[in-house]
Amino acid sequence: MSLTKYESQLREPLVNGNKTYGQVTHDIVHTIEAKPTRLWYIGFYVSVALLMFGAYSVYREVVYGIGQWNVNRTIGWGWDITNFVWWVGIGHAGTLISAILLLFRQGWRTGVNRAAEAMTIFAVMCAGQFPIFHMGRVWMAFFTLPYPNTRGPLWPNFNSPLLWDVFAISTYFTVSLLFWYSGLLPDFATIRDRAKTKLRKRLYGLASFGWSGSTKHWQRHESLSLVLAGLSTPLVLSVHTIVSFDFATSVVPGWHTTIFPPYFVAGAIFSGFAMVQTLMLILRKVMGLQDYITLGHIEAMNKVIVLTGSIVGCAYLTELFMAWYSQVPFEQDIFFKYRIAGPYGWSYWLMMTCNVISPQLFWSRKLRRNVLFTFIMSIIVNIGMWFERFVIIVSSLYRDYLPSSWSIYYRPTIWEIGFYVGTFGLFFTCFFLFAKYFPVIAIAEIKYVLKGNGESFKNEMAELESKNVDEFIQEMHQDHHEEGTVKVAHH
Amino acid sequence: MALKKFVVGCFEDEKVLFPAVEKVRKAGYKFHDIYTPFPVHGLDKAMGLRDTSIHTAGFLFGMIGTTTAVTFMTWVFTKDWPVNIGGKPNFALPAWIPITFEMTVLFAAVGMVLTFCYICQLSPFLKRHHFHPRATDDLFVMVIECSEKANEEDLKSFLVSVGAQEVNTQIAEEGWWIGKYDEEQELYKESNIA
Repeated sequence: MSLTKYESQLREPLVNGNKTYGQVTHDIVHTIEAKPTRLWYIGFYVSVALLMFGAYSVYREVVYGIGQWNVNRTIGWGWDITNFVWWVGIGHAGTLISAILLLFRQGWRTGVNRAAEAMTIFAVMCAGQFPIFHMGRVWMAFFTLPYPNTRGPLWPNFNSPLLWDVFAISTYFTVSLLFWYSGLLPDFATIRDRAKTKLRKRLYGLASFGWSGSTKHWQRHESLSLVLAGLSTPLVLSVHTIVSFDFATSVVPGWHTTIFPPYFVAGAIFSGFAMVQTLMLILRKVMGLQDYITLGHIEAMNKVIVLTGSIVGCAYLTELFMAWYSQVPFEQDIFFKYRIAGPYGWSYWLMMTCNVISPQLFWSRKLRRNVLFTFIMSIIVNIGMWFERFVIIVSSLYRDYLPSSWSIYYRPTIWEIGFYVGTFGLFFTCFFLFAKYFPVIAIAEIKYVLKGNGESFKNEMAELESKNVDEFIQEMHQDHHEEGTVKVAHH
Repeated sequence: MALKKFVVGCFEDEKVLFPAVEKVRKAGYKFHDIYTPFPVHGLDKAMGLRDTSIHTAGFLFGMIGTTTAVTFMTWVFTKDWPVNIGGKPNFALPAWIPITFEMTVLFAAVGMVLTFCYICQLSPFLKRHHFHPRATDDLFVMVIECSEKANEEDLKSFLVSVGAQEVNTQIAEEGWWIGKYDEEQELYKESNIA
């Protein structure tokens, strides 16, 4: 046998069941070729209904103005920017899985990267709505773009973090979309070549850009993916860094701190992975993908959650320490009077429980591999991360320097909540369409890891290993020798 | 562009494909291409293809992005419309790092993807002859063009001897055309088959 690469038996297989290439294709593509299930229709229509409610809430805001919301002076950002930061953060896990784990050669990313990247794109689409509609006069949103205009030309302020956001989010969206779509080309071609109906053949033919699977094209495709991953890695770090600059470059106690960029990036990955877990657990169950999204995948993501959750916890404690250590009265008031206590103290402790204490349960391997527990935890983490942004925004703003500018207790209106609910509608509408019409698992990438990390390969290896150690070493050696002239697949 | 005659050999396993590739090269036949359902590492080397330099394009596009961002912001803030923002310097390079970085990434990514599509001739509405529908599923499809040196019958028996499970001859257009997949592929009418 030609040994391409030896991998320890201690690592579990990335693909369960003794699959052939043909089976992999069938397993992933057959749901696209079949009629959607009842559950899919229910989910889809519920999402569309939420989206409609969101659209109506936004309509009211556009027609009647920001007064439809309860944001006030001094809490000008309220739910709106909380939601923005939350959705952008969610997006980060997708890029982390698709780009950073590719650079780190983590084979397990192949099972989840396609859906996670889709999640990124939809989450960024949702996030983008909030700052745009927060402008109030949304029809002037294009004023943020530096285009030659008749007002001077008057350019945007390139020194402003809010403008950096415009560039960061739009670049992030574009690059993620390109990365995702270039990976989809070969898989669309697979669907095209299997298609039994005319319409499907034509549409997927269109979407696949005429992909043929030529060796030269694959070579370029691999190089392209690697460079896009290399570009996306600093990009994803820069995006949440810039989002945190929205806060950190201000002179508001509780915001004006240098710890924000790493703290925000860790938080983003933390909440993003929780969202990936929520989606993957549903996806694998509904679409029967347990062989591809294995318990090993879930465990690996839970490890990332416990790591990033602990980083976030350290950041919270550092903030408290710095408030005390700096001896700045404003900083101390914000943290010790208005954040961990005061009328919004409940949100701080909710955040602490959800983000810092509960993920520590994932130190237990048994819980990391428990599907139901992971699902519940993923929702808890996302609630916690939403409250983190709420705490940062509201508790730093509701007591201004002058007692005369102290604001009344902030409760969102139904239209403020409706906007948020509407983005869930948008997100899940997109995700349901994706799950039905797109290959939810990167077919080509799974085939690529199948021989080296699939269950059948592992069994073959186990047999070989158990025979005799000397024999095994000799055989390995021989194989490599044979391959001397034709170097086979160094994964 | 003309129609050409190809001999197509299909392999089910990489373990058979790699020795076959070597034998084909030794026998002096020239590949038209090998179509695979996933990137088979080492196959490009085995076929004797040179490395791609698409990453160089990425670097150049990135540099264009950096230069565009820096020069544009410099021009706007120092020449076209200098604004006094709290008495800070107009040429505020540190504050421009985020936008410069984003533009570098944006230009590199968009430029590279467009370059990739251009050099691979990939685009919607653009069709190619696909030698085997399972080439995107589970077969490794080796295609060799017939020529004076490579006779059809010899090629067929040679491919069977190196382990191809399925061998056939196809007359096809080697380039791309605009059309539909679901209708019978209408190739160029010229008929100077090699």
